[in-house]
Amino acid sequence: MSDVAATSLAPVAAERGAAPIMPLSVRDLHLRFGDSVVLDGLDLELGPAGCTVVMGPNGAGKSLLLKLMHGLIQPTSGRISWDGHPPAAVTARQALVFQKPVLLRRTVAANLDFVLKTRGRDRARLGKLLDHVGLAHKAGQPARRLSGGEAQRLALARALATEPEVLFLDEPTASLDPASVLTIERIVAQARDRGVRVVLVSHDIGQARRMADDVAFLYRGRVTEHAPAAEFFPEPRCPAARDYLNGNVVV
Amino acid sequence: MQGMGEALSLALQMVWSGDADLLEIVLLSLRVSLSATLVALLIGLPLGALVAISRFRGRNLVLIVMNALMGLPPVVVGLVVYLHFSRSGPLGFLGLLYTPTAMIVAQTILIAPIVAALSRQVLEDLHAEYAEQFRSLGLSKVQSVQALLWDARYSLLTVGLAGFGRAVAEVGAVIIVGGNIDHLTRVMTTAIALETSKGDLSFALALGIILLVIALGVNAAVQSVRMSAARMSYV
Ligand SMILES: Nc1ncnc2c1ncn2[C@@H]1O[C@H](COP(=O)(O)OP(=O)(O)O)[C@@H](O)[C@H]1O
Ligand SMILES: [Mg+2]
Repeated sequence: MSDVAATSLAPVAAERGAAPIMPLSVRDLHLRFGDSVVLDGLDLELGPAGCTVVMGPNGAGKSLLLKLMHGLIQPTSGRISWDGHPPAAVTARQALVFQKPVLLRRTVAANLDFVLKTRGRDRARLGKLLDHVGLAHKAGQPARRLSGGEAQRLALARALATEPEVLFLDEPTASLDPASVLTIERIVAQARDRGVRVVLVSHDIGQARRMADDVAFLYRGRVTEHAPAAEFFPEPRCPAARDYLNGNVVV
Repeated sequence: MQGMGEALSLALQMVWSGDADLLEIVLLSLRVSLSATLVALLIGLPLGALVAISRFRGRNLVLIVMNALMGLPPVVVGLVVYLHFSRSGPLGFLGLLYTPTAMIVAQTILIAPIVAALSRQVLEDLHAEYAEQFRSLGLSKVQSVQALLWDARYSLLTVGLAGFGRAVAEVGAVIIVGGNIDHLTRVMTTAIALETSKGDLSFALALGIILLVIALGVNAAVQSVRMSAARMSYV
């Protein structure tokens, strides 16, 4: 896990010569399933750099918001614009690490190689990527036999292998041991420092404090507060966010 | 008419000594049924994959038809192929009636739907698991299908086996389009039927034993491959 390796990972858009897809503008987003309203007029603006942590109670719609921004599902109404592009047009320039990693029925190395190959990336980076997430010694092992923390690190390596401009992470460290949590946080922080725009959903307030440049609090179908971390944590303005940070049950 | 015990000991002798007639029939059987399985896989797998990952109007009807075709009666398939290949049939000019090729065609028609329907089920389940991840990775449809086929490889092995098992054991289709001609189109099942009716039980039994061993052997091999794949969570 050398930090030297990190500098050659995840080149940002500017280096590739494409126009960046930030900032993000989400306007009046609605998402309904029949009678059940998940998102109800959500607005959100994300600046060009940093790590945004999305927080909010269970079932608030955090996972679905990530999928909407990534172009995996369509909203009932509203507009999502990545500097003018609709989400589906930029899906391939982003990566999403799902809460439960979906790994191929192949070895660890083959899982990564598959992405490098299909996405036309430099396959010589395979070793460096494995090393970067601390899985070099597991290269030849079946991916679906990895522990929870290892599987999530492989999913993260796969996401980085696509050289994304935006990296979504959906509770990537839920139910992992503390050492795995810190390893994953360090890799994500390095990507952020390299210019990858990170959007992280987290239930873990400690993690949010460590990772967030800004926090978006999702409650009852809207972003009720979006503020820099330095303002949000000491003094959240939204009452639900205050309750949430104090450890009270928020529904 | 021989006694049961005498027939069995003669049969075992024949198998053990590698009787030339016996060997010829076994090899032709394998050639025909393996060829049919291969062609059925080439037709059935892409078809199964296509239906597995596509949503279109009338899809349910296609599924019903696919599943129904799994139970095609061999004699009916044989009859239809016969009508096409017979001298006055539309494909009569090919001169394929009573040749191994006609038998391969008939068995292919018989088992391609089995391959398509079973692989559709396997690939659809796997696709449900992978689809969102694949879309997130920005994979093309072709790339997705290739990855699905590869990741389902051990399940598809069983699908291929089901097809081969049906082909090698059926008698109705090959006897109609092959004609059970000695040294030309006589396979295990048709020979067993003929020799039994002639009363040469030892020859029929010898073939029956081999057929059984082939079926059990292939099954056992596939099972052991699948078990070691399962140990690596590849199934
Ligand atoms: N396909 C669906 N149909 C109906 N309701 C759904 C569907 N997917 C998610 N939901 C509901 O939407 C709400 C938000 O889900 P989700 O985004 O997963 O919440 P979370 O903030 O915990 O990630 C939940 O109440 C969930 O039950
Ligand atoms: Mg969630």
